[in-house]
Amino acid sequence: MGTTIAIARRELSTFFNSPIAYIVLSGFLLVAGWLYFGTLFLGGQASLRAFFSIAPLLFVFFTPAMTMRLIAEEKKSGTLELLLTLPIDDWQVVAGKFLAALATVAVGLACTFPYALTVSSLTAQPDTFDWGPVFGGYAGLLLMAASFLAIGLWASALSKNQIVGFIVGLLLCFGFYFVDKVAVLFPAGLAELLQFLSVDYHFENVARGVLDTRDVLFYLSLTFAGLVLTTRSLALARR
Amino acid sequence: MVKIAGLKKAYGATQALKGLDFSVPKGQVVGLLGPNGAGKSTTMRILAGYVVADEGTVQVGGEDVVAGSVATRRRIGYLPENNPLYEEMMVVDFLRFVAEVRQVPRAQQRQRLEHAIERCGLSTVLGKDISQLSKGYRQRVGLAQAILHEPDLLILDEPTSGLDPNQIVEIRHLIAELGKEKTVILSTHILSEVEATCQRVLIIADGKLVADGAPEQLGKGEGTVTVVVASRVGLTLEAGTVRSVLEAVPGVSRVETSEAEGGGTLGFALRYQNEDPRRGVFEAAVKNDLLLLEMRRQQVSLEETFRKLTGA
Repeated sequence: MGTTIAIARRELSTFFNSPIAYIVLSGFLLVAGWLYFGTLFLGGQASLRAFFSIAPLLFVFFTPAMTMRLIAEEKKSGTLELLLTLPIDDWQVVAGKFLAALATVAVGLACTFPYALTVSSLTAQPDTFDWGPVFGGYAGLLLMAASFLAIGLWASALSKNQIVGFIVGLLLCFGFYFVDKVAVLFPAGLAELLQFLSVDYHFENVARGVLDTRDVLFYLSLTFAGLVLTTRSLALARR
Repeated sequence: MVKIAGLKKAYGATQALKGLDFSVPKGQVVGLLGPNGAGKSTTMRILAGYVVADEGTVQVGGEDVVAGSVATRRRIGYLPENNPLYEEMMVVDFLRFVAEVRQVPRAQQRQRLEHAIERCGLSTVLGKDISQLSKGYRQRVGLAQAILHEPDLLILDEPTSGLDPNQIVEIRHLIAELGKEKTVILSTHILSEVEATCQRVLIIADGKLVADGAPEQLGKGEGTVTVVVASRVGLTLEAGTVRSVLEAVPGVSRVETSEAEGGGTLGFALRYQNEDPRRGVFEAAVKNDLLLLEMRRQQVSLEETFRKLTGA
């Protein structure tokens, strides 16, 4: 455990000591804030629903940007050799990097919390503001981010080129986001399956404030699958 | 300490190792020699637990490097080829990170770090980013990283490559000192380095072991004697007859013409395999009324052995 934390800590300090962290995070906040507040006053409804409906699509773009360098860069600079000859299991390396990325996303999400405070103060009677969907939404976003990050991490482990890592991660995340949008074109049975595979479909449930085990399990298994694939890719790098 | 048997490894279509066997007892300083692409780095990567071999077994301290990978890695300090380091980190942060991942006990961490820093002479650059360091300092950081958990086995892949002569001497001193307590396996293609630092040389060519012995022993017994002869006053010197006289000397396997000094002198290079022919040359010169102006023996150097064995 201590070694996993050590790897996560190194990753975080590298990330926050470089401009990428601030570019990605402020980019996320800027776009999210702009899209959200641009329509908030037109809608005339004091809720975060609009934010939660655009956040998944933003994550499709921003999470691969966070994960793209995590393994690809080490492959390119050769430090992977250093890392993989330290006395730790491959999964600990993967877990450390994943936790670092998740913590970064958590920081980004924490920065959007003032939106919730602003909106709650806009309601006529602030104490009647419904916090359930807000917390549900944040929990859902964190779960979704976890699955996207695991997928992105795998994409980063595929080559030593960060751009390849980014684009493959983006395409995969987009696939998992988009898959239910085309479900109407297919027969009912297949459509249901496609819907079940969609991260967005599950997120809608969570964002309503309903924390269903099925949705949570979906995200956790997607995350787990991504991390297992990443660990396997590292093992292949040893061949 | 290290036992390697039947080691094979292919990268795609190229067979990097074709059945390598050797073992290294505890406390020995061993140099791996070989031309580029001979399989030195691959061998070291397999030992260090980075790459998995296709066939064969590798044991470090009696434990298999695949089955007991993490356990063996704990006992090894490894300086990879080209010394990859986290460029954006400060030296002290990097060393602390390695100490943490290597699970150096908290109570000893400070002392071990200080020890490694002092040994590698890094105290003046601790607060610098690794990317700002000169090549020599980078190499020292790589070494400090490899020794800070006090490993039993040090694997150093080309520890002096790219360093200036002063730095090379410094690093050699450090290796010699480390070799007093630890088993060290280092690779290089600087032959004088092996002669200076190693007790034993393994020459690898084309994925196989072609020589194994002490550096001063490899190729011993062979050599060349160069002679310069002149005629006695009043006599003329005929190259053909002198040559046949020298060819008849016991021990000489081949006679080649070499540089003379002019003024009626002749120069020859006599190759020999086992027997030192100098005595015989002198006696033959006396018997045939030749004046020996110069006679010099040169034993085969490690360099020549290396070139012969690796087919350069």
